[in-house]
Amino acid sequence: MSGACDDCLRRTWLLGRMAGHLDHARARIAAVLELDDRELIAALGGELGDDLLRERDSVDVGLQRDRCGQAGLELVCRCDPAYPVRLRDLAAPPRALHVAGGLDRFLALVAEEPVAIVGARAASPYGIGVARSLGAALGRADVTVLSGMAHGIDAAAHVGALDAEAPTIAVLPGPADRPYPASRRALHRRLVATGATVSELPPGTMVRRWMFPARNRIIAALTAMTVVVEAGERSGSLVTAGFAQRLGRVIGAVPGQVTRPQAAGSNALLAGGATVVRGPQDVLDALFGAGVRSAAGDDRPELTEELALLLAGLADGHGTSTALVQAGYEPDEGLAALASLELAGYVRRDGGGRYAVIP
Amino acid sequence: MLARIATFAIDGVDPRQVSVEVHIRAGLPAFAIVGLADTAVRESRDRIHSAILNSKFDFPSRRITANLAPAFLRKVGPGFDAALALAVLAASGQIPRDALAAYAVFGELSLGGELRDSPGALVVAEGARRAGLTRLIVPRERAREAALVEGLEVAGVSTLRAAAEVVRGGRAPELPEAPPQEARQPAAEPDLADVRGHALPMLALQIAAAGGHNLLLEGPPGTGKTMLARRLPSILPRMTRAEAIEVTRIHSVAGLHADGLIGRRPFRAPHHTISPSGLVGGGALPRPGEATLAHRGVLFLDELSEFQRSTLDALRQPLEDGSVAIVRGQRALVFPTKFMLIAATNPCPCGFAGIEDRCNCGEADIRRHRRKLSGPLLDRMDLLVDVGRPSERELTSGPITSSELARGRVADARERQRARLDGTGASCNGEMDARTVRRLVELDVPAEQALAHAYSVGALSARGRHRVLRVARTIADLEGHGRVSHHDLLTALGLRQQPDLASAA
Repeated sequence: MSGACDDCLRRTWLLGRMAGHLDHARARIAAVLELDDRELIAALGGELGDDLLRERDSVDVGLQRDRCGQAGLELVCRCDPAYPVRLRDLAAPPRALHVAGGLDRFLALVAEEPVAIVGARAASPYGIGVARSLGAALGRADVTVLSGMAHGIDAAAHVGALDAEAPTIAVLPGPADRPYPASRRALHRRLVATGATVSELPPGTMVRRWMFPARNRIIAALTAMTVVVEAGERSGSLVTAGFAQRLGRVIGAVPGQVTRPQAAGSNALLAGGATVVRGPQDVLDALFGAGVRSAAGDDRPELTEELALLLAGLADGHGTSTALVQAGYEPDEGLAALASLELAGYVRRDGGGRYAVIP
Repeated sequence: MLARIATFAIDGVDPRQVSVEVHIRAGLPAFAIVGLADTAVRESRDRIHSAILNSKFDFPSRRITANLAPAFLRKVGPGFDAALALAVLAASGQIPRDALAAYAVFGELSLGGELRDSPGALVVAEGARRAGLTRLIVPRERAREAALVEGLEVAGVSTLRAAAEVVRGGRAPELPEAPPQEARQPAAEPDLADVRGHALPMLALQIAAAGGHNLLLEGPPGTGKTMLARRLPSILPRMTRAEAIEVTRIHSVAGLHADGLIGRRPFRAPHHTISPSGLVGGGALPRPGEATLAHRGVLFLDELSEFQRSTLDALRQPLEDGSVAIVRGQRALVFPTKFMLIAATNPCPCGFAGIEDRCNCGEADIRRHRRKLSGPLLDRMDLLVDVGRPSERELTSGPITSSELARGRVADARERQRARLDGTGASCNGEMDARTVRRLVELDVPAEQALAHAYSVGALSARGRHRVLRVARTIADLEGHGRVSHHDLLTALGLRQQPDLASAA
């Protein structure tokens, strides 16, 4: 079932070819992408219009397929019955999707009830922590997490799902075979190995600004619910939420501190009636109806009273030494206790030697 | 007439024997110095001339040629003055020539004929003994230092006149008295008993000291990272006499120390703007760097992320080999660099990551900060501990331990290691290589299981596994356990440093 028809391939080729032209229209990108090829060339091609048209008609689709194959990408176009059904809700669904990590796996995952977790790049440690644990809990509950692999909330959501050994999908602004941002190489590799990365653009396309809102519409459309963890007032994740709203998807937001500008946008969503997301259970209730599915129970071992006390101290945000002293531990006993908490999956030791509580 | 006397050039931190020959013959009055002498040595002609006259000797009005042999060795500095002056006196018959043969002389002259303090007397004394000389004349300030070398008659003199007296067979002046204890140790060494709170960092310091593990302290500004690091030398085992002499020699050459034997392990804390050659040694005339000055002691790098990458990379060889080779022209100098490394860093550029609301750094900033930290140097750090702000209650409570107690535990642990590591080339657990770790670190069954568990959940990398085992072995040594117990292993996990995982995803 993999592959794409010639006409759809021409369209993706044209998007890549006109990437620069499209950037001029990024304010109205959703509407522009609804235009068919000829209209698009007429609207944005300028003097090059006739040449572009000729190029488009003579493009070597075989070569396009080969390039995708070489980049390890599989294709599915909207003429294919296997094309993700949710995407068809868009006025102009992407003509073809490029998938790295296995088309069958991707299609199976999005056929269920995937959830988007999106938010700010410059997120607070609180936001990062919530996104990560939400990603992990949803992963454990067999809900696929979709996001955009950006720094901050997006990456944390993916990492959380990967922590829970659940597949997770990233919709990338640029080609699916290339990590964007480039420094997320390791995360990209893990996503491709166990989940998938997706894009509507052909390999070799340079990332441009219009691709971010265009990508956001795909994230919103592919998922049953969009959860905004932390977003400033002008955050791109509000664009995602806007698309989701127009498509009639459920929108959720995680409450943030009212004094924190990074949370102003997500708090505004809540004020506008978005579902309050306090944890994975709120997401599951919104997706499947209240109480129908419950977040997977903790499979972590029971804690002794002393360890529970220590965990509570760490959760209060004390430094490691202080938390140990307050829980009545001698230092070496305490280190061993912290290591047992970590091995039992209750805390995580970060690069700086501090312990963060895993909810 | 020809006179000959021995002196020594200081090459890095090693002595090189130089033979000073002075020949006086008929001719127009002139004084020439040959033998690859640098400017300071050639200037010594004028100093010697004045010093001899002002010491009430005659300066021969004839043709004087002085040769510094061997001719290929570059001679630097004013340390040859005294030897040249005595050779001139001997060659002109003002002091007996034969007596000079047993002597080595070292020191700079002033115009008034005083012997000035010159750094490096200990190195000269060692050279003199090695060369089979029995008597050494040094400036009085350096006499006690030179006298550390056994089997050498040291005369500490303060004038050229007095030096001439000694050569004529006069009684050598007594060695100066050791200054009273308080004067020599101006401030008491910082002690762990002064610290309040910081239970974990204190434990980490003891483990670091016991096993020779390099330690990274991470925490916000003002929590006491530097204060803790300064206390590491106080819990290291006391230096042996041989170690103390090594340290004294280096510090004497560097001009940082003048009197007697250094008793305390050095603590060096270079600023982060230091250059690579400042850190490991170098320069046109190679001088020991901070890494060498910290030999047998502690090198503390505060604000680790602020150091230039090239500077930190330069520390790799010294850390691996315990010495650094500086090559200049055709010569290679080797400086010893066996030190413990302790470093401190903020968790993020602003320093307040993880503390409610005070950190303004984005995730990307923090990642960049961490990336600057990672690298080969971090790979040599076995221990990482979070230094937090102590609570009010901790600040007002009593001390947790004292340096004296801690040093006792450390010494016991080191003793246990010495027995086990005999013949492996490592002197402490921190120096064990992967093979030695596999061979010598035995775990009991629960510890074995915990290690396997930690590895399987991804808390450890393969390399991190070795580091944890080394540290666990040290903890077991502190506790007196023959095998690493479950508890020892968990404690080691709680202090692990994992550069490879920190940078992943």
